[in-house]
Amino acid sequence: MNVKEPSATDEFIKGLWRENPVFVQVLGMCPVLAVTNSAVNGLAMGVATTFVLLMSNSLVSLLRDFIPKQVRIATYILIIATFVTIVDYAIEAISLDLHRALGAFISLIVANCLILGRAEAFASRHKPGAAVLDALGMGAGFTLALLCLGGVREILGAGSLFGLVLFPAGFEPWIVMILPGGGFFTLAGWLLLINHRRQRRERAEAAGGPLQEAGR
Amino acid sequence: MSEQSLWSVFVNAALVNNFVLAYFLGICPFMGVSAKIATATRMGGAVMFVMLVSSVCAFLIHHALLAIGAPFLELIAFIVVIASTVQLVEMFIKKMSPALFRALGIFLPLITTNCAILGLALFQTNRDYGFLQCVAFALGAGAGFTLALILMAGIREKLALAEVPEVAKGSAIALVVAGILSMAFMGFAGLAA
Repeated sequence: MNVKEPSATDEFIKGLWRENPVFVQVLGMCPVLAVTNSAVNGLAMGVATTFVLLMSNSLVSLLRDFIPKQVRIATYILIIATFVTIVDYAIEAISLDLHRALGAFISLIVANCLILGRAEAFASRHKPGAAVLDALGMGAGFTLALLCLGGVREILGAGSLFGLVLFPAGFEPWIVMILPGGGFFTLAGWLLLINHRRQRRERAEAAGGPLQEAGR
Repeated sequence: MSEQSLWSVFVNAALVNNFVLAYFLGICPFMGVSAKIATATRMGGAVMFVMLVSSVCAFLIHHALLAIGAPFLELIAFIVVIASTVQLVEMFIKKMSPALFRALGIFLPLITTNCAILGLALFQTNRDYGFLQCVAFALGAGAGFTLALILMAGIREKLALAEVPEVAKGSAIALVVAGILSMAFMGFAGLAA
């Protein structure tokens, strides 16, 4: 057992960047690709997922001593499904347009392996405080990733960001970016960028120095 | 009830709006088990079977819950039923055909977390399909999933021999391939009448 407890900020930053659920762990792909054809949709999906993650993580953590080991997965699923139903009805009440744009993908948050994964791997073994921080970090990381994807796809595919027109009228939008294929390409692009940065850092570390451009 | 013919429901689910390549459902197994054609085929078969069973169950649940006026329980009921269906199928196959059970291995329990199954249940209720349409929809979605998985596996088997740049190894190149496949499938768009 490691004696050193990770600090609160560390717990948060971990999810946001170092173990980013989408870019590093490649979890929860379905909503990531499906609803990110605009930045607003991506943001809404990210916030909804963060809420469910936060509630389920804290509840699982609070109940971790009471849930029998054999039925824990089923219990987690029930907890998650309850909060997803709440989110579904809340979004329908707040904005009908958004509800229509996200469609069945709000309900599909249940099947997001990220949430079940955090409940099983983290919340069931840690105190509520840590579980809340973990959920906030992971949720923020997930939202960030959705925004990155949604932003790129909306800028290239529709020539706008959050509905604001960015380019002059002569701009020919890349329709493919808001179609399903564009989702795959954009995510592949981000992964390439992140892989490239990581490999450069690893090479620099292997060469002995901290991040220094070694004559390249 | 929607008026689509059974054939058009099937073609729509299998090709035009392919679950994996147009709706992004079931991406996890799509990326995870698409390394070899043989495993991809078996996984596809198992998913198709579970889809069929859970689609019929979801149809019954939807109407039962509507009858007692509790539609807000739908999502919870669906997920519980899917999880128990998978469990049931697993036990059934284990008893009836141990050989098939060993061949499927870890893939069977993994199907529970496959969002394509839950997505199927949700889509069919949203679109108000009748009973036979539900069956056609489940078969189409399963066939489409299997097709996408096998195509992907075929390409990845070739890819293993190709020289992929160091940065693109792993998920990135698989995503690019999936994107190209997805664009190819857009060519089917005219089929949906």
